[in-house]
Amino acid sequence: MKTTNMMPEDQLDLAQKRDRMQQRVKASLKRRHAQEKRFKGMGMAAVVTALAFVTLLFFTILSKGLPAFWQATLTLQVYFDPEVIRIDPKPEKRSDESEGAFQQRYLAWQTQLGFVNFNRIILDSLAREIPEAPEYQRDALRLVTSGERFALRGLVEKDPSIIGQTLTLDLLADANVDVWMKGNIDRNLPDAQQQLSARTRAWVDELQARGVIKSKFSTALFMNPDSRSSLASAGLAGAFMGSLMMMLIVMFLAVPVGVASAIYLEEFAPKNKLTDLIEVNINNLAAVPSIVFGLLGASVFILWFKMPLSAPLVGGLVLSLMTLPTVIIATRSTLKAIPPSIRQAALGIGASKVQSVFHHVLPLAIPGILTGAILGVAQALGETAPLLLIGMSSFVASVPATPFEQSTALPVQIYLWQGNELRNFFEARTSAAIIVLLALMITLNALAIWLRKKFETRW
Amino acid sequence: MKFRNTALALAMSAGLAVAAPAMARDTIQIAGSSTVLPFSSIVAEEFGNSFPQFKTPVVGSGGSGGGLRQFCQGVGANTIDIANSSRAIRPNELESCRANGVTEVIEVKFGYDGIVFASRADSGKFALTPKHVFLAGAAQIPQNGQMVANPYTRWSQIDSSLPDQEIVLVIPGSNHGTREVYEEKVVHPGCESFAEVKAMEGEAKTNFCNAIRTDGRVVEIAGDYTETLARLDAQRDALGVFGLSFYDQNRDRLQVATVDDVVPSLETISSGEYPVSRPLYFYIKNAHVGVIPGLLEYAQFFMSEEIGGMGSPLEAAGLIPMGDEERAEVISAVQSRTLMP
Repeated sequence: MKTTNMMPEDQLDLAQKRDRMQQRVKASLKRRHAQEKRFKGMGMAAVVTALAFVTLLFFTILSKGLPAFWQATLTLQVYFDPEVIRIDPKPEKRSDESEGAFQQRYLAWQTQLGFVNFNRIILDSLAREIPEAPEYQRDALRLVTSGERFALRGLVEKDPSIIGQTLTLDLLADANVDVWMKGNIDRNLPDAQQQLSARTRAWVDELQARGVIKSKFSTALFMNPDSRSSLASAGLAGAFMGSLMMMLIVMFLAVPVGVASAIYLEEFAPKNKLTDLIEVNINNLAAVPSIVFGLLGASVFILWFKMPLSAPLVGGLVLSLMTLPTVIIATRSTLKAIPPSIRQAALGIGASKVQSVFHHVLPLAIPGILTGAILGVAQALGETAPLLLIGMSSFVASVPATPFEQSTALPVQIYLWQGNELRNFFEARTSAAIIVLLALMITLNALAIWLRKKFETRW
Repeated sequence: MKFRNTALALAMSAGLAVAAPAMARDTIQIAGSSTVLPFSSIVAEEFGNSFPQFKTPVVGSGGSGGGLRQFCQGVGANTIDIANSSRAIRPNELESCRANGVTEVIEVKFGYDGIVFASRADSGKFALTPKHVFLAGAAQIPQNGQMVANPYTRWSQIDSSLPDQEIVLVIPGSNHGTREVYEEKVVHPGCESFAEVKAMEGEAKTNFCNAIRTDGRVVEIAGDYTETLARLDAQRDALGVFGLSFYDQNRDRLQVATVDDVVPSLETISSGEYPVSRPLYFYIKNAHVGVIPGLLEYAQFFMSEEIGGMGSPLEAAGLIPMGDEERAEVISAVQSRTLMP
């Protein structure tokens, strides 16, 4: 301390100054603390609001959609009456027969099977539970969804030896039966406002009490394609396959092209006006609304290249174009984050430019690239707008086998179900489809996080 | 080396993409009216299930206008084969078809549909006449020989028999065939009940009658009836325009309005007693018959008694079937592939 040689006035002055300074600091401290508190409070409020919205969203979707995974199902004794199913034995391929001739014989047999009245079989099995069913056929047939007659036909086609046997089978109940059992329609409404006749409703209640109709986990939702003539059997299989094919196309098209162009732009391309222009344009492209890519796809791929309508191939190409900028940007930023010392070290011990990139830089960039690619693909999975424009919003009642066949996609299926007339049934079904799509998204995102954590390197 | 492989793979996938258009299509492609969509989809599904040799047709929507526009884009596997329409094709649409090479079109009328006014079950009961609807939705109305801006804000101001609630009329957008029927069968008769309008000539009259008020009391819906229903869910007082089949499947939420004291139902519509009904059509591209397998069979299946007659799946879905005589006529026209003039 040097204060000892100071003059007393000086000391006084200094103390005063210190006092004043302390007061000023104190005053501002109070203000700054309040500021911090305010900011923290606002941050917390923002987080709480966001969480509340997400919770609300999830809660409404789950509470609406989860019940749709369980569907009213009748467990019936089905007798495959040979009197009703009068068909020739199933054709077997003979060794002296050409493939075409066999196909023709098989088709003739299928046609014959098509004429069998499977409603008769269903009515007979209903009559075992409800004796008066044959008298009121119309009311009785409202119990079982109309698509089940094709399911029974499928069983016979697969194995004709069941003709003459009695099997215990689960048959899906009609959509309106499901609605009635779940109470999705007001049970106190008068007959004129109900979808099912009074007799059918009484039967449903009776069969439910006896345990013949139960809510069972619905495999139809996952195994069947969409349906409009038999609403209860409408499922997501077709849309799922369509989405899967498009994802594969995006993965095999957008990811390699995107990663390759990012590597070239970041590592090899000279820095000049042209590459600057390209960079600006890629960033702009990433911000282009997806519907524009749909319009582009409709006019270029379908009208110009004459590709098929509603095909996952075209959907995949459009989504690839949409995902490309995302993948390029993600890859470039990952490559940028890799320290130059890695490249310098590689070059320093005599590696060529290509060797330094492919042996040293790229392996370190893999986790980032994968994350970017998976997030890009997940974004493409949830995209609807461009698909509407290339005819993928059509009603498709079959599961596509190749990317050239007509198909829908999961988000489009949600849109289609949302528009179905039978609101009481499809409101829940739509939410169930949303849950399936969300589950897929979460899985993909979790995969991205897991890959990043697994391969992550810290500098 | 690695890079060359990637390049090769890319070239191959590009080649695959270009090779695609060479493939012929074996699935019937349909698009158009959202009113016809449910019927068409049911037929498509049953068709696929009943004929093992044909694939299940694919049915898209987009409104009558949208479907016919797609239909008229040209001939070839990348264009649709059938356009569904809830109104007859317009002369200018047929012209644009011909200009694009779609010279041969088969028109198939397959049944009728009623258009109903419905409000929420918990709102007032409506007994409408065309005049009420015109007065509720018009931009200008005649009053004492003069055209004045529509002054009505509540239904009860139009007629004391109507419920005392705000006028909110939810009608289909102009891309829907339903809109045309709504104008032709409801708005025009209502509009022409005024002597002032009767004195007007041709286009001026049509334009005057079709002009809708723009103060937010008439809402045009470009999407399907679900959107109209959502409007009604949000606004208790709204009165919506629906297809009979849509109303029928949502009877628990909606109550239907009578028009000229007639309750819309299958019987009153097929007898012609209920005034607001229209025929439904689909149009087949003749050039595709024989190229796309099953096209003519689909049309015949659609027209069969089993699918589209009384007690059929289509009737259950809300279609009003044609009489036997009319049906026989259409079937023979389909079989002989009678083209539109």
